[in-house]
Amino acid sequence: MSTRAVETAVGAFVAAGLAALFLLALKVSNLAEIGGGDGYRVEGWFENIGGLQVRAPVKASGVRVGRVAAIEYDDSHYQARVVLEIDRRYRFPVDTAASILTAGLLGEQYVGLEPGAEETYLEDGDRLAITESAMVLERLISQFLYSKAAGD
Amino acid sequence: MVSSDGDALVVVRDLHFSRGSKPIFRGIDLTVRRGSVTAIMGPSGTGKTTLLKLIGAQLRPDAGRIEVDGRDVHRLGRAELYALRRRIGMLFQSGALLTDLSVYDNVAYPLREHTRLPETLIRHIVLTKLHAVGLRGARDLMPAELSGGMARRVALARALALDPMMIMYDEPFTGQDPISMGVLVQLIKTFNRALGITSIIVSHDVPETASIADEIYLIADGRVVAHGSPEALGRSADPWVRQFLDARPDGPVRFHHPAPDYAEDLFGAAERAA
Amino acid sequence: MNALARLGRAVLDALARLGRATRFLADTVLALPALARKPGLLVRQLYAVGVLTVLIVLISGLFVGMVLGLQGYNILVRFNSESSLGVMVGLSLVRELGPVVTALLFAGRAGSALTAEIGLMKATEQLSALEMMAVDPYREVMTPRLLAGFLAMPLLAALFSAVGVLGGHLVGVELLGVDAGAYWAQMRNAVDFYDDLLSGVVKSLVFGFVATWIAVFEGYDAVPTAEGVGRATTRSVVNASLAVLGLNFVLTAIMLNGE
Repeated sequence: MSTRAVETAVGAFVAAGLAALFLLALKVSNLAEIGGGDGYRVEGWFENIGGLQVRAPVKASGVRVGRVAAIEYDDSHYQARVVLEIDRRYRFPVDTAASILTAGLLGEQYVGLEPGAEETYLEDGDRLAITESAMVLERLISQFLYSKAAGD
Repeated sequence: MVSSDGDALVVVRDLHFSRGSKPIFRGIDLTVRRGSVTAIMGPSGTGKTTLLKLIGAQLRPDAGRIEVDGRDVHRLGRAELYALRRRIGMLFQSGALLTDLSVYDNVAYPLREHTRLPETLIRHIVLTKLHAVGLRGARDLMPAELSGGMARRVALARALALDPMMIMYDEPFTGQDPISMGVLVQLIKTFNRALGITSIIVSHDVPETASIADEIYLIADGRVVAHGSPEALGRSADPWVRQFLDARPDGPVRFHHPAPDYAEDLFGAAERAA
Repeated sequence: MNALARLGRAVLDALARLGRATRFLADTVLALPALARKPGLLVRQLYAVGVLTVLIVLISGLFVGMVLGLQGYNILVRFNSESSLGVMVGLSLVRELGPVVTALLFAGRAGSALTAEIGLMKATEQLSALEMMAVDPYREVMTPRLLAGFLAMPLLAALFSAVGVLGGHLVGVELLGVDAGAYWAQMRNAVDFYDDLLSGVVKSLVFGFVATWIAVFEGYDAVPTAEGVGRATTRSVVNASLAVLGLNFVLTAIMLNGE
């Protein structure tokens, strides 16, 4: 086989392999939504994050606007510190509320943002003042039972 | 002869080598004079090919010294060793052509590897060398398409490509038909006489080797048992030399592999069982 | 006592082989700079281990993807969650099946060919001849093959996974009627670029390196006879497959822990 034919075949192979990698990155994985990580980061403290995980979506009005970048336990507040990475395309007022919600009854947990009314906007490193913890099913049930019992 | 002898190209002194626990050489001394054809002969399995690999520094001896062109080959650095090997051609038993290259590219290979000659000049040299072995017309064949004898001739052209000072031939005649054998004998002789290339031939083909060798070393049991010109060895009365040169089935080299007594072996067990 | 002695010998033999293989690897890697001066050697090996393996990888990938579509649908439909088919197909291909099955196919197709080729080069004294021509056989033979296997494997695995995802689409969406939007959107939601795709690529780089190392070393270490080369080829495929499966477990455990 001539050198040129070998080179052409190898070139086609490498191109096809790279194309397959791109297809996987853009069509199969969430690379397109991560957006290369050029978002700004804000942090919030939560009483209880339930089953929230790193890379879980951050949504506003049901639209994905970012993702959870980090979760850790902060023993100076005795609370969970959650860092959100939000796409630069979107801005939120400083009094935006963050709550941990569940998609469906038993689905994946995500962070929902509820914009406030302030004129100034959140910037990199800012802190979310209003947070609402995850609903924990057992607590809900026991609360329901207690209120039932109290009502009777 | 001492190693400072300017006439000697290869000097082997008190060479010891073993494979695992099996000794191959137990003190070999030999000298190859510049411009000579020196043959190393002996029964199969005496490590003749190993000796060539030791001279080419592909293997390291357990003890002893090998000098090529006045330098101890086993003390050379890699760069120096490679520089030395460029001046030594080796013809392997199978030819050892690179299977994925054509005849032409095989002969051109050392030139492209070690020189920066332009392609036109390389073509000139390759065709000259192929012409010398009579295979200029086979330049486009692949090694798999060559007969054994042709492959060896191409390998010879390749060994000649860099105009070496010495060529080592590993069993050049084995398995060849009489015509190929005649061609190879002729070529080795021509390259030695016309180009002054020192030749070391490892072989057990007595008449062919004796017809071109200036000096023959007979090796057995890891030692040189006899050496001299073919004529001198031909007159030797040494039983070992006679057995090898006259191809006698029995002699100092026994026909039988070491074994217990024949009758005892056949009937002893039956008698003991009875 | 005899059995113990034999066990001891086997262990010592295995250690000696590992030592030889390590030394061989060091020599092969050390010849990398020299290879830069002859890039044509690498291209030729990419052809041998890459291009010639593409077809079997594509066909296998398609069938594996189709089976995943079929099996996945049948399981998920019981929980009324067949819209998650894309998640199942995508994750299994990108994380596990792509790298692992490709590496196994590679060991059988390219690895065995590498071992046989190098073993034959040894048996026909071509390696010796290179040395005697003052050419480093590592630069000429070993290094380009090792590098080619290392580079080709992630590309092959990507092709396998991509074709597999399409195969899953073919069966799940076209044949069984899963919603196409759900198939792709759910997959994209679940397959993480760093955790899943890149870790799959890392896996196939490791597999490519190890499978090629084993294949090339077995050829180099073969007893230089027809029988020896045959044995080495078998050993190459068996050892490379076991190494891939074993390493896959180790790598998966590390990657899951890192999350």
